[in-house]
Amino acid sequence: MIPLSHVLLLSGILFSLAVAGIFINRKNVLLLLMCIELMLLSVNFNFIAFSHHLGDLAGQVFVFFILTVAAAESAIGLAILVVLFRERRSINVEDLDAMRG
Amino acid sequence: MMVNVLFYVFGAILVLTALGVITARNPVHCALFLVAAFLNSAVIWLLLQAEFLALTLVVVYVGAVMVLWLFVVMMLDVDVEKLRQGFTRYAPLGALIALVVAVQIGLVVHVRKLGLGDTAAAVVDRPADHSNTQELGHLLYTQYLYPFEIAAVILLVAIVAAITLTMRDRPGQKVQDIGKQVAVRAKDRVRLVKMDAEARQ
Repeated sequence: MIPLSHVLLLSGILFSLAVAGIFINRKNVLLLLMCIELMLLSVNFNFIAFSHHLGDLAGQVFVFFILTVAAAESAIGLAILVVLFRERRSINVEDLDAMRG
Repeated sequence: MMVNVLFYVFGAILVLTALGVITARNPVHCALFLVAAFLNSAVIWLLLQAEFLALTLVVVYVGAVMVLWLFVVMMLDVDVEKLRQGFTRYAPLGALIALVVAVQIGLVVHVRKLGLGDTAAAVVDRPADHSNTQELGHLLYTQYLYPFEIAAVILLVAIVAAITLTMRDRPGQKVQDIGKQVAVRAKDRVRLVKMDAEARQ
């Protein structure tokens, strides 16, 4: 049997790697979106680990919904990215200053 | 015991592939590393007896979403070198933050401090003919029916949003204008002319 804490640690490591990825790839929108996918994956790990260890299927239902929302998010994110690239010929975060933020 | 060994092996591969995602030079390689990460996660979810979700992850995520990713990554002509400026400058900061976050999470989940040390008793090893899919389906179509339908609506909204965002009008493109087609009247198009019959010349 897999100890709960080890699964949670694995998911924590995954999440912190994704955070690091956001820091070191901060210019590339594509990679930022990929790092968000990794974060969602690590959150799903938590849900599944607790669902397994508490014998409650609600966690798995939540993972199902998270997967749905993540798929929708990546579809819309990629669509925005494609429009952006068509407009600016670049996906560099620093070129996205039309709103003067 | 075998399950534990498999968990550690696939967990190690998962961490390595996640490292690959954040450090690879080429975005296509990043996407492929992400595919590998999803596959390893699916195996670990299988070990945690979430069979339906593991297969969903492979079919939906690897099969559909990541293919979409790869299409987009290959379609965009990205100047990788320019995007990687500052990579080495921010790498130490990123590593530091990752370490801090990992240590904090590690301290929180340390079993004794979380008081979850005795949940092991609740874990029941399901028999081989136990259907996780059936159980989950039963829950989804009864207790979680409304959230399930909302999820369907979210997917529909995502489809419509993605299509409307990426659709564009090129000059010279032939399109139907349904409004004009419906509003057309016969007398705008056809002119009936009354005239006397003429003798052959």
